[in-house]
Amino acid sequence: MKAIEKEKKHPMEQLLRMDRIPHIWCPGCGIGNAVSAFAEALDKLEFDLDKVCVVSGIGCTGRVAGYIKVDSFHTTHGRAIPYATGIKLGNPELKVVVVSGDGDLVSIGGNHFVHAARRNIDLTVICVNNFIYAMTGGQVAPTTPIPAFTTTSPFGNFESPVNVPRLAEAAGAVYVARWTALHMRRLASSIVEAFNRPGFSVVEVISPCAMYYSRTNKLGDGLDMMKFYYENSTIKHGEPTDNLDIDYQKEIIVGKFVDRERPTFTESFKSWQKE
Amino acid sequence: MKADRKGILTGKHQLSGSQACAEGAFSAGCRFLGYYPIRPSFGVVERFIERCADGDGVFIQMEDEISALAAVLGASWTGKKSMTVTSGPGLSQMMEHVGLGVMLETPCVIVDIQRDGVSEGLPNAPGGGDIMQARWGSHGDYEIIALAPNSPQEMFDFTVKAFSLSERYRTPVLILSDPGIGRMEEEVTIPDLKDLKMEKRKYFRGNKDSYLPFKYDEKDLVPPMVDISQGYRFHVTGLTHDERGYPVMSDECQEWNVHRLVNKIRLFTDQIVEIEENQTEDADVVVVSYGVTSRDALQAVRQARKEGIKAGSLRLMTVWPFPEKRIAKLAQKIDGFVVPEINFGQIFFEVERCSRGESETLFVYHASSQVGQSADILKSIKKIAGNKN
Repeated sequence: MKAIEKEKKHPMEQLLRMDRIPHIWCPGCGIGNAVSAFAEALDKLEFDLDKVCVVSGIGCTGRVAGYIKVDSFHTTHGRAIPYATGIKLGNPELKVVVVSGDGDLVSIGGNHFVHAARRNIDLTVICVNNFIYAMTGGQVAPTTPIPAFTTTSPFGNFESPVNVPRLAEAAGAVYVARWTALHMRRLASSIVEAFNRPGFSVVEVISPCAMYYSRTNKLGDGLDMMKFYYENSTIKHGEPTDNLDIDYQKEIIVGKFVDRERPTFTESFKSWQKE
Repeated sequence: MKADRKGILTGKHQLSGSQACAEGAFSAGCRFLGYYPIRPSFGVVERFIERCADGDGVFIQMEDEISALAAVLGASWTGKKSMTVTSGPGLSQMMEHVGLGVMLETPCVIVDIQRDGVSEGLPNAPGGGDIMQARWGSHGDYEIIALAPNSPQEMFDFTVKAFSLSERYRTPVLILSDPGIGRMEEEVTIPDLKDLKMEKRKYFRGNKDSYLPFKYDEKDLVPPMVDISQGYRFHVTGLTHDERGYPVMSDECQEWNVHRLVNKIRLFTDQIVEIEENQTEDADVVVVSYGVTSRDALQAVRQARKEGIKAGSLRLMTVWPFPEKRIAKLAQKIDGFVVPEINFGQIFFEVERCSRGESETLFVYHASSQVGQSADILKSIKKIAGNKN
């Protein structure tokens, strides 16, 4: 009996708000994988969890803050990064993590993403990219590949999607990686590396949206999407971010692309004060 | 500029309203400023930045006003008193986060140096067009606190008071000023730190596992707060939430959550509201005014008295919540109100509403170019006084 009880427990239970389980995500969604990898990274980090703060915006991934058992904020659509910026500058000892979706971070919050990277605010951003606005019912996203179908691209998307790693690198991020929801271990290791790199770090997680993206495009369920990632993702560390565009149902290049040093905002601020 | 050990400037100083505001913030313990450049708000920001150079203050120029207030809200949860400074178009951008600040009950101060006009308007001219935006600008039901200083000294005093109120009521507090006051230079007396009247943030000190972020005290309806990193591992959301801070999508929870947010200010209106009355005891006509216009209003009242008209003045030091009861009571015994504003009628409608048809209410469009003059106000006083005869 005891063994069964033990098995029932999630291995990361101490890091999750078990009183909120079951979570709201659909069967086959990849956000849970991202949360698991994130929790694993927090566990590996050997950092005082009282000093970790998670901030999310709005959307499916925006709900992550509500399931991680650290000080956490579910804020407004697109503004998780500036909210987190205030937290980090208010208390520079904190490790502040933004977990949000592609629509939240690179569409409505795109300008904040760019400027936080430029200033090199010491934040880790986990961007779950499912190519679609799922919470609102499956509309075309800034990341939707051409010519994928969504409820608002019924004849196929014709807009160029954002290449998240390239945007992050160009704006000044010090650490940029991409994995899929299949690459749990590598994702967790990348999140740890991102935590340990002072400055603005970005980890993109390509994730299945079984409810809207896969269904609208007849790509099967979450498991089929995982199989697709398994067969079509290629690890290419150090690949120039220019090559990281994601075409519809083609190869997805994953890996660590940027790892560099730049003075953080707080460091620059302190040296200004000294002068 | 010399400050004492704690970074507080004390004693008498010749300061502009904007400088006095920044000093007030510093004296109140504000150590975080998030802003975006906009005319005519920059006097406050410049002074604050100077004060950060040799102190423990932090400032950041964000990419827009949306993010400026977001950063201020975030910083407040680390225990830092935080503020932003803006003007009309910037305040419009901030409105979503005014709502978040109200919903997450986050103390902070928003200084609005109101400029005149719709959209870009007259960026350098004093305005009074944000009064209703301050009250109703964010979506949903909420109550807000807003103060309207009318001198550099009050820019100092009201900034301190705004921080005090924001901590006491756990809400964003607005200062509705204008460049007329912002640029005005007068002697400002800055008291010693120990003489400042400041309410402290109410902190939860209980067991780490027993903290419920929105479990409020029955007596003041305000839940005690904690700072990030104190080990409570709390969660808060802008969604309708229960006392655990978790989203609950029901009418019952909406009522529990939002009605209290309204009541924690509405039921304490009498404690919050501060008004200044001059010669209203025997008045037939009362001029209701606020901010820079109140200086002209007072001048008009004095002139009217000289001419034998029983005029009085009621100045709104607190604009929101509105002193409904006092206006209603005055309405019963006077002939009429005169409401001069640098807009086309905002507080005017409040006065008209509160007087419930008991007295006449006359609006005066006091254009920004008329700041410093009182003839238009006097004319309206005379009109009401004349109607009586």
